[in-house]
Amino acid sequence: MSEKRSFRPRTRLASRFLPFAGLAALLLLWDLAIRLSLAPLLPGPLAVFRAIGELAQKGFLVKHVVASLFRVTWGYLLAVAIGVPLGILLAWYRRGGLAFAPIVEMVRPISALAWIPLAILWFGVGDLSSVFIIFIASVLPLAVSAMSAVGNVSSIHWNAGRNFGLAPRQIARRVLLPAILPRLLVGLRLALGIAWLVVVAAEMIAVNSGLGFLIIDARNAGNRYDLVVAGMVLIGTIGVVLDAVMRRIERLPGLRWGYASAAAEEAA
Amino acid sequence: MIPAAESLPGRSKLAIRGLSMTFRGELDDVRVLEDLALDVREGEFVCILGPSGCGKSTLLNIVAGFLPPTAGSVRIDGEEVRGPDPRRIFVFQERGVFPWLTVEGNIGFGLGRLSRTERERRVAHYVQLVGLKGFEKAYPHELSGGMKQRAEVARALAVDPDMLYLDEPFGALDSITRLVMRGELLRIWQTEKKTILFVTHDIEESVQLADRVVVLSARPARIRRIVEIELPHPRDLSSRRYLELRDGIFEEIGLAHRI
Repeated sequence: MSEKRSFRPRTRLASRFLPFAGLAALLLLWDLAIRLSLAPLLPGPLAVFRAIGELAQKGFLVKHVVASLFRVTWGYLLAVAIGVPLGILLAWYRRGGLAFAPIVEMVRPISALAWIPLAILWFGVGDLSSVFIIFIASVLPLAVSAMSAVGNVSSIHWNAGRNFGLAPRQIARRVLLPAILPRLLVGLRLALGIAWLVVVAAEMIAVNSGLGFLIIDARNAGNRYDLVVAGMVLIGTIGVVLDAVMRRIERLPGLRWGYASAAAEEAA
Repeated sequence: MIPAAESLPGRSKLAIRGLSMTFRGELDDVRVLEDLALDVREGEFVCILGPSGCGKSTLLNIVAGFLPPTAGSVRIDGEEVRGPDPRRIFVFQERGVFPWLTVEGNIGFGLGRLSRTERERRVAHYVQLVGLKGFEKAYPHELSGGMKQRAEVARALAVDPDMLYLDEPFGALDSITRLVMRGELLRIWQTEKKTILFVTHDIEESVQLADRVVVLSARPARIRRIVEIELPHPRDLSSRRYLELRDGIFEEIGLAHRI
């Protein structure tokens, strides 16, 4: 016990500190490599920071970030609104699930990029097409994770719900929903990651704002690679923040049991 | 109609007649239960004892209304069982508590129809009864196996059922906790006067708890024998009669009492 006590804070401190140390080391190495290189293939970290500063000063930073978040939010919310209920229904009615499975398996390996021509054909050039690309990239993973979440609800919990005289609707609300929530949240987090991942592809369709647009535009209009890398850094940073927010939600009381039971399964 | 196993004093609660169960498999049908007949009196504590995989859980699931039998009937208070019913609560192994609800939330789960104050009063009462005071706000993953099991028993008792069905409820607990839990279950049974069907593969457990032990054969399960345990509670686990009854069942199942 006493050994544990003296051991724990140190690892906690380390787990707080080491990720930043890694990041600092990367920046240092990056900077060093650029300084030592005769013909650098990449702008250095300072140039990238200056580029971000320049964007912020001209008001472009907020504009591009908001534009990207706006498209991702709509595409993702649409995918959640359709994919999650679809997955739950398909799991509830097993036959539907069996019929749907091969379609999912076929469509899933098709990259969101492949949908760009059709998106333009259907929705024209603009925001709607970008939103559609983000939607199409995240809707199937969401449906699949909702389906597997329902499939993983223990029959014991179903039966316990029925035993206490609950009507099907009450079982859905008081047993099914809370039972699938932890797994579903993991699916939601991964899908949000995918939605954010395709933002660059989605903004390649001649829109005139967003971080994806910034990257394409900076290259086309004068090879501003410092701005290209600045866009990449911003996308990565926002991705980390989105992921962290979703992980926070997963750890709310009433949901945390998902972690406890997953740990128990692993131990068994 | 097949006559009851014997005529019993006390009002009959549960009557099982000609009960058979066959699971349809892809290659072969699996006969699990064959022509069972059993009567249980009101307030009686009956253990159903059999080797693992003999179909005793299936029997309990049919009696509880979760599974329809292939043939035969289950009647409770003269009424055919057609589905689960809140008057008869099934207690699973410790995994039966809802992990997304606190102890309080679990115990109050079946009390949705009551007023808030009545619900709180009942939850508090059963928290106390099963010794979980101070853990009302704890989630199941923060509790030990024995505490989870207590919470589940309390959840079952809170809706004031006439019958409890327990499916190897203490199977996952360590042997000390198991003994404590048996004592508490007996105490609760004596104060709350429920009819209890208790499935177990543990011979000692059945002789410690039950008024009668129904010994099942291997699959397809038939009733081999019904052993009356006439010992008063609290039972002396080293008394001659206890050991006789226990060894009788050991022999019935065909186990040498030596290791």
